[in-house]
Amino acid sequence: MRRLLNVRPKTGERILIGAAPLLAIGLAYVAVSAAWHSQNPSEKILPPIDAMMDQIRIMAFQRDSQTGTFPLWQDTFASLRRLVFGLSIATATTLLLGLTIGILPLIRAGLSPLVATIAVIPPIAVLPILFIAFGLGETAKIVLIVVGVAPAMTRDLASHVASLPEEQLVKAQTLGASTWQIALRVALPQAMPRLLHALRLSLGPAWVFLISAEAIASDVGLGYRIFLVRRYLAMDIILPYVAWTALLAVMLDVALNTVSRRAFPWAHPSAR
Amino acid sequence: MKPILRFKNVWVTYGDKVVLEKVDLSVNEGAFVSIVGPSGAGKSTFLRLVVGQEQPTRGEIQLDGAPLNAEPGRDRGVVFQRYSVFPHLNAFDNVMFGLECSGSRLRGRLTGARRSEARDAVLAMLETVGLKDAARVFPAQLSGGMQQRLAIAQALIMRPRILLLDEPFGALDPGVRKDMHVLINGLWREHGLTILMVTHDIKEAFHLGSRVIAFDKRRHDPHAPHRYGSTATFDITLDHKNRRQVPPELASLASEDGVSPEPSSPRA
Repeated sequence: MRRLLNVRPKTGERILIGAAPLLAIGLAYVAVSAAWHSQNPSEKILPPIDAMMDQIRIMAFQRDSQTGTFPLWQDTFASLRRLVFGLSIATATTLLLGLTIGILPLIRAGLSPLVATIAVIPPIAVLPILFIAFGLGETAKIVLIVVGVAPAMTRDLASHVASLPEEQLVKAQTLGASTWQIALRVALPQAMPRLLHALRLSLGPAWVFLISAEAIASDVGLGYRIFLVRRYLAMDIILPYVAWTALLAVMLDVALNTVSRRAFPWAHPSAR
Repeated sequence: MKPILRFKNVWVTYGDKVVLEKVDLSVNEGAFVSIVGPSGAGKSTFLRLVVGQEQPTRGEIQLDGAPLNAEPGRDRGVVFQRYSVFPHLNAFDNVMFGLECSGSRLRGRLTGARRSEARDAVLAMLETVGLKDAARVFPAQLSGGMQQRLAIAQALIMRPRILLLDEPFGALDPGVRKDMHVLINGLWREHGLTILMVTHDIKEAFHLGSRVIAFDKRRHDPHAPHRYGSTATFDITLDHKNRRQVPPELASLASEDGVSPEPSSPRA
């Protein structure tokens, strides 16, 4: 009898085993929802699938009578815009800070305590300050995402760059490379896959900060809509919105992973 | 023979711990110097001094008669036991790296005619070390021996005054190690290189070197072992007669790594 830890599923089996819990939850939902509705047809907490489909049709393909827009797409566009802006700024900041902190001991001595301090401040606690400083518009929401994810990403990238083997840096110097050339041709290319990895891990927190900011002060966005319709117990809108948000997050994650594998094949040896 | 590298009364101390004491030696151009000694006898510190990763606490090191540049530079090529090549560059680009850095200060990349000129040199160097067919392969897909061949090619293309090898073959299988001995011996003879090699393997030291230097402590205080440092306790230039023969003074090193031999005869 083989030990349990040596039993490895094949690719097909793995997909099957992975899909099973999701499928089970879906089926359980349908069953429980149907049972509740047979007792109380006006029950709102567990809406049946067709009720949700109706709402998706209304939100996605019918113009809102007051604004003349399609709410789902408008919300999606507004939220993704904030997310992409915030994450882009956070990634650029991380690249600049993480690389210099990682490679230059002088910068590390000067900046790493500051980054470590900022990283331990709970970002949501800063949100009121951001609203006061930047108003209730887009800026505060984008800054919240940046403040929320950039410090952790910076620390991760800096420690990764700092742990590049000393042999590599010495070797580059014996080949005549300057500090700039080592940063550009040794540290930067090796930092990029790690940066994309850190970005993937930051997607989760970034969504949390986005939805929070939208819930508190906004007039459009996925988080805004979810918290708006909560007042009417509109689970037939909330659940599809949550599922849609999850799907967007998964697609972003897969896209980033694909970019990393395509652009930096040497960093994914198992993929070849 | 003019000396290329010169140590003048060099000491390395960390606080009150003495690592190297009173190292006085000079290395002639074209020599293949093997450096042996038990673990912790300062052979790696010695090499780090030459590379420029560390500075002597006291004394002076000269390269070609001038004080040694205090940081790693183009005049000293180096091959470490591991991590000597860049994992994100394929074999060709690894060898190209040095040429590109000296050819383009800002971008560190060559283009056009200068690139094709460098390209020929890189391909020739890859052929010299037997990696002609692996030009487009990344280091992770190369065997340990091939990675070290690549590291040697990468260093040699810059034509350093002196080539420093820090246990370059220590992680390789015996068969591969033999191939590497043939390679480095051939390169040394054909290109007239000056080589400093630190090794644990005393047979390798005598097989390859034209001179063998052993580092060890000359004095020992059992109550404060850190108070005395190592120095070159044994120094022999090999001709064909005594080549490949491990002398009895160093036999204990050959039989077992890391066991300190009895204080041996002063430098020859």
